[in-house]
This record gives sequence, C-alpha cells and structure tokens, in this order.
Amino acid sequence: MQPSRQSELELIKLTKRYGNTTAVDAIDLRIPSGSYCCLLGPSGCGKTSTLRMIAGHEDASDGDILLGSRNITVLPAAERGTAMMFQSYALFPHLTAQENVAFSLKMRGVAKAERLKRAQDLLERVAMGGYAQRKPAELSGGQQQRVALARALITEPSVLLLDEPLSALDPFLRIRMRAELKRWQLELGFTFVHVTHSQEEAMALADQVVVMNNGRIEQVATPHALFNAPATEFVARFMGGHNVLKHNDQTIAVRSDRMQLLRTPGRSSDALNATVQAIEYQGSYVLVSLGAEGDLTASDDLSVMLQEAEFFNAPFEVGTAVQVSWRAADAHRLSA
Amino acid sequence: MSATTSTARPVSAARRTGPAAWLQAAPLGLVFLLFFIVPLVLILAVSFWDASEYELIPAFTPKNYIAIFDGCSNASDLCVTLKTYYSTLKFCFLAWIFTLVIGFTVAYFLAFHVKTVGMQTVLFLLCTIPFWTSNVIRMISWVPLLGRNGLINDMLIGLRLVSQPQEWLLFSSFSVVLAFVHLFTIFMIVPIFNSMMRIDRALLEAALDAGATPWQTLWNVIVPLSRTGIIIGSIFVITIVMGDFVTIGVMGGQQIASVGKIIQVQTSYLQFPLAAANAVILLAVVLMIIWALTRMVDIRKEL
Repeated sequence: MQPSRQSELELIKLTKRYGNTTAVDAIDLRIPSGSYCCLLGPSGCGKTSTLRMIAGHEDASDGDILLGSRNITVLPAAERGTAMMFQSYALFPHLTAQENVAFSLKMRGVAKAERLKRAQDLLERVAMGGYAQRKPAELSGGQQQRVALARALITEPSVLLLDEPLSALDPFLRIRMRAELKRWQLELGFTFVHVTHSQEEAMALADQVVVMNNGRIEQVATPHALFNAPATEFVARFMGGHNVLKHNDQTIAVRSDRMQLLRTPGRSSDALNATVQAIEYQGSYVLVSLGAEGDLTASDDLSVMLQEAEFFNAPFEVGTAVQVSWRAADAHRLSA
Repeated sequence: MSATTSTARPVSAARRTGPAAWLQAAPLGLVFLLFFIVPLVLILAVSFWDASEYELIPAFTPKNYIAIFDGCSNASDLCVTLKTYYSTLKFCFLAWIFTLVIGFTVAYFLAFHVKTVGMQTVLFLLCTIPFWTSNVIRMISWVPLLGRNGLINDMLIGLRLVSQPQEWLLFSSFSVVLAFVHLFTIFMIVPIFNSMMRIDRALLEAALDAGATPWQTLWNVIVPLSRTGIIIGSIFVITIVMGDFVTIGVMGGQQIASVGKIIQVQTSYLQFPLAAANAVILLAVVLMIIWALTRMVDIRKEL
C-alpha cells in the first residue's frame, strides 16, 4: 500500500445545519498529507459532524471538502477515498473477522477466493491472522479494533477517519491501543483524522490538534504549541493544567506547574495572595488547590502543581496563607 | 483464594438446585403438567385405544395408525392421509412465504424508515387493531367482498374486465391463503421487527462505507441479522396453519381437506382414538419442522 501523495485534506467554509442550529459553522482547515490530526472538543462541539461530513455519512449544508485534487463534497461514501473506523467498530456480528475484512470486496463482486486471501493478508498485517475465523463477539476490544482497522484498510483509502475509536476500551487497553494506532499511522503513512474528547489522547497521538467549540475552530496547533501557548481561554481551560487569570486588565494563562508558592505574603506585581484549600497527592506531583483573595483571578479555582520532592521538603497544610507567583515569561496572553 | 472458591461453589450450586429453587419453579411447573403434559399423555394413550360405534375400549392396539396409513403403500395413487398432508403442507408453504415477505417488508419499513419512536409505536399499534375483533369475524368479512355478487366481482364486471362472476375468489384455495395471510402476518411482523430494532445502526453506515448498495445492505446485513425473528415468526405461522381447521373450513366453503379438519370431523363423530392417532402424527410432523427450523438458530441465545 503506497502512501498516497494525493491525501491532503482541505475543508473550506464547511457548514452543517440541523434546522435552526448550526453544528459546524463555516470551518476552514487544512490537514497535511500523511499527518495525524485530532479533532478535539467537548461533546456537541461539531467534531463528529465534521468527521461524518468528510466520510460522507452526513451531507454538508455548505462549503467544500477537497481530498488531494478532488472535490469530494457530494460523492458517495465509498467513492471518496476515505474509510471510517466507527466508535464501537461496527463489525458485522454475523460474519467472521475475515469475512468482515473482505466485506467491501464482496460488495464489489471480487471472487471469493481472492477476497478472502486479501483479507487474510491484511489480518496477518495487523497481527490477527490466527483469529480469521472468529466472530466479533469472540474477540477482545483490542482485537476488534485491529479487525476494524483491517476492514478500513482493504479499500486502500488515502484518509482514515476514526470516530472516538478508543472510547469503548478500558483505560489500560486504551493506552496500549493508542500507541498501536500511532504506530500504524507512521507505518502506513497516510492521513488519520481522529475525533476525541480526551485532550490526553489528542496530545499523545496528534501531529496537529484542532480544538473545536460551538461549531467553530478555536485553535489549530501541534500538541506542544497548544499546551504552551493556548490561544483562547476556552483552549486553556479545556486542555487543563492551566490557571486562567485576569491580570493588569489582560486575561492570561499560566501552566499550573510553572506557578510558585511562597509562604511569606508580600507584594509583587506578578503575584497574588491565596489560601490553601485542598491538597491532592498524585504520585510524581502534588496538586494544591487554592482560593485566591481579591479580584485578581478570572476563575475561582486556582491550582498549583508541585514536584513530589519539593512539596514534601516543606509541606503545605490546608488553611495556610500563601502567595502565588509566576515568572513573566511563563504568563501567556489569551485573546478571548 | 482456593479456599474461598471451594466453599463458594457448592453454595451457588445449592442455590440453583436446592428446595427453594424447586419451590419457585413449582407453580409454572404445575400449570405445565396439568394443562400440557397430562393432556398430551392422554392423547397418546387414547390413540392406542379401540372403539366401536358406541363406546371407547381401553386397549393397546396400533390399528388406528394402521387405518390412517391404509393403502398408503400404493405409490401410483396417494392415500387420503398423504393427499391431505400434501394439501395442508401446500397451504402452509404458501401462507409462510406470503406472511414472510409481507411481514418482513412491514417490519423493515417500521424499523428503518419510520424515524421517531413515537411514530413507530403508533404504526405498530395500528397493526394490532384488527385483533380487537375475533378471527371468525375477520374471515367472514371477506365474504361480501369476494363472493359471487361481492364487491370485487361487481367491480370487475362493471369495468368490463370479466363477463361472468369469478368463482375462484371465494371458497377456494385462493381465499384460504388470503385469509391465512390476513390473519397471521402480524405473527411475522412482531418478531422480525424486534430483531431489526436490535441491529446497530452503525452497521448500516459501515456497509455504506464499504460501498454496499441498499439491496446489498439488505441482503448481506439486515436479513442475516433478522434471522432469529424470521425463524420465530415462521414457527408461529407454520404451527398455526398446520393445525388449522376453522379458516380452511370457513374460507374453503367446507370443501377443502386439511389435517386439522380431519381431526375435527373424527372427534365430531366421536372417533376419539382415530382422532388422537391423527393428532399424534400431526404433532410429530410439526415437531420435525420446528426442529429443522431451530437447527438454523439458537433460540435460547436470542431470548
């Protein structure tokens, strides 16, 4: 399977309306060929609608979808060069793993011997060769994911669309299959578009994260850029690990692990007084929740992450008055 | 660990087989025994009895069974029993195929084309409304429609499509099959609809994604996944039609033979041993059909 050079995906003013509500509001997005892109956002933000429009399972109300040099906006799902991996995999329960993988070939009238052979080859490729004759119900969640992947690959798509593929798995398996997805993407070399509501998942997998909210794109960036320079208050809050503060008439975000806690209240421009409200031990770090005094904070919950060693050298206690400060370089201005 | 499992296992086993479990199963068990097992055993016993013109004689004789198959060894001319079974099986097959096609279509429409659950419920209830009247009334209501001077014939003659009233419309094989389909399609709709409602809608999108046409999706995804409903519905229709004598009597103008009809006639002449023997044979035939059907699906897994 050649990584297609024709797999750059571009959305132009793509819109989805349901009656009077706009689920996806004229979004523009360019997903480079061969990259791993995560659409991230809370439920109802329009990420799944966007994916389903790319897949052809939902009609676009407005706008265009380009794949390589082709406009695929109105093509039927099977002719787009995309393949979809469904939330709970949607494997056909009455067919064996092999028949599931061969399904689309059967629909195209490929002879039985040939389609079963090609399905078997793909199953071998995802290390499922020995499970070809099992029904989906006889496979574990991780094995089902591999069969679903093989089924998606058999049409030789140039873009693989994944709709919350890990949400059906238990937490341990989720992390394992997440690593597997990334490995496959690197190995196959074509574009993956992955919808998720987990920022952790997006950060672990993506080359490019698209944060969506209310049908609009809030920010498109690499995970590193996203975490270190969130563009908006929404992104800073949704990504977590940030404190959003109103400071000198500006809204700023500071990473929780870049905040400093001092025992001696004093006066400094980049500091504020607070009281320790809760302490949570998290293993490698300790999360200290603070209640701030005055009207300096934009949010009422303020938290500081301290290294385990640093905290236990001089533990804080609930009720202690402290001063929180940060370096100017760590403060990041938000646009909204 | 091993100690807990070794003690835990006998407890759960005792819970399943102990006196409490038997007591819980007893009421339904008694009902079954009294209204199902006992009558069945009685019929089996009576089928071996002897009878004269005016009395039943307890005995153990195979002569009723011999009488039923009297002359059946003649291959060129079918005996009455085999002819009757052939006719009954033919009705059964026709009723089955029509109720299946119509029932599947209606269930498919309800399950996949009616979008809201509220509308599904309304339409589903609509299907059951005919059951508010009795079977016999629903059969007889065909008479003014199909009769020699009925609406259909009047219309056909009025439109000059035919010159004489069509005799085959009523009291014929046609009207019998029509009545069967009318009465029993609902027994197909309900289980098939139930199976279809359990099909994950994502599977249909997966089929679409794989390039399946609507017909291919129907044949490769929906039909196999509705199989349980199809088989349960088939069992309903086949068992009812195989034993039917009322519909065949009313709609066939008392002119068409069926196995059920034979049994009914024999009981009305108080030939109970002969009727019982016929009933046992019918039961065996129906059980074989059901056995063959259940070979195709594990019902216990689906209920």
